[in-house]
Amino acid sequence: MRRVVVTGLGMVTPLGGDVETSWKNILASKSGAATITRFDATDYKCRIACEVKPAGHEYGFDANLEVDHKIQRQVDLFIVFGIAAASEALKDAGLTDMTEEERLRAGCSIGSGIGGLPGIESESLVLANKGPSRVSPHFVHGRLINLISGQVSIKYGLMGPNHAVVTACSTGAHSIGDAARMIAMDDADVMLAGGAESAICPIGIAGFAQARALSTNFNDTPEKASRPYDVNRDGFVMGEGGGVVVLEEYERAKKRGAKIYAEVVGYGLSGDAYHVTAPHPEGSGGYRSMEMALRKSGLSLADIDYVNAHGTSTPLGDELELGAVKRLFGEHIGAMSMSSTKSAIGHLLGGAGAVESIFCILALRDQIVPPTLNLDEPSESCAGVDLVPHVAKERKVRAVLNNSFGFGGTNASLIMKAI
Amino acid sequence: MSETADRVKKIVVEHLGVEAEKVTEDASFIDDLGADSLDIVELVMAFEEEFGVEIPDDAAEKIATVKDAIDYIDSKQ
Repeated sequence: MRRVVVTGLGMVTPLGGDVETSWKNILASKSGAATITRFDATDYKCRIACEVKPAGHEYGFDANLEVDHKIQRQVDLFIVFGIAAASEALKDAGLTDMTEEERLRAGCSIGSGIGGLPGIESESLVLANKGPSRVSPHFVHGRLINLISGQVSIKYGLMGPNHAVVTACSTGAHSIGDAARMIAMDDADVMLAGGAESAICPIGIAGFAQARALSTNFNDTPEKASRPYDVNRDGFVMGEGGGVVVLEEYERAKKRGAKIYAEVVGYGLSGDAYHVTAPHPEGSGGYRSMEMALRKSGLSLADIDYVNAHGTSTPLGDELELGAVKRLFGEHIGAMSMSSTKSAIGHLLGGAGAVESIFCILALRDQIVPPTLNLDEPSESCAGVDLVPHVAKERKVRAVLNNSFGFGGTNASLIMKAI
Repeated sequence: MSETADRVKKIVVEHLGVEAEKVTEDASFIDDLGADSLDIVELVMAFEEEFGVEIPDDAAEKIATVKDAIDYIDSKQ
């Protein structure tokens, strides 16, 4: 099988409009959470979110840098985030000027969990209030999940595989894993892979709150709300943004002298086959996905120094993931560090697995692991696990594991290592 | 430039993201201003909203330039 490496990174998060700003703020223990500004959430059970900040803000995002004005008007925000992250990644990899022959072998696998929910909501109101002849002609293709991959392929002329994963909160990790396999299987030489999300709209917040998934006890102290593994956690904080990596066949990357961040060595997938929203009570789905990724990687548990947990800050999910990680690592649990960056940027849903995989890669690059914020009082089961409370920690990082689990009982794990 | 022309031009600039100087009366939406057929559908909807007129599909199909739009709207007001 052909080897697959990461040669470019791009992201938009509530802590930055690009990779380096987001990473710097993550390491500085900043929180992207605040009162919702996108709409008036006064009467909602949950009134907080980690929104991407506007241009002009200290770590805001300027959509105009990468996305045409006309496209911004036509598409939902998740597509804008995806195009921007993909553009940054492609530039970082030095691949914006590929020949036609190269572009025939370069593709996209950028998904989303929900897609254009804000636009579906607002256009439904147009339909109800003004009738069918007032619905935008761009309504459909401005909301479809595969339209990040579509838009990016058009912008950069990428004619290889054009794919979009939809596996709820596992989307970003599955996207990278699937795309890596496309390269390994010789379907492409270069893939832009990741995910993006923007569902901070009335129906999105109301829907997740009704599913009892969101934090509702910290509306007056938003930066305290996302607190994975803490005894007072009470649900996740909705985030938004996107992450995209450039995956490249190893020999090709080496030959052109590309900067190689990491090799994707392990990918595992599994289904809980249990419940639509609750994880399996023994965490067996997550366990099997990690176990498969480890087996494929050829590494041993002792090689893995950092785990970026799914860790959404829900009472049940955090506990079950932690249990599965402890069972898998066994005697090696004390030697590794595990943290949840959702404590800082919230839950990016379909974007989470991609953004968090990039944080894993940056941990490899900089030999520092990001913190779990607000871990003031770890739950009992955390004993013996380094969850990197409050502040980032410099340490040896040779290989990293990223977990992403989603509604429907869908699990993905990725293992990457330095080359 | 008439009042209609000013308002049409403003809508075109906003929807197509083009520079105002490019939106001359002779400009073709597709050839000069980078619009596609769906952009024209959207522009026609915006004209209908702005001017309170109805532009049926067969009339909309004949609107190719900025002047075509202005003339049609003026003829209905």
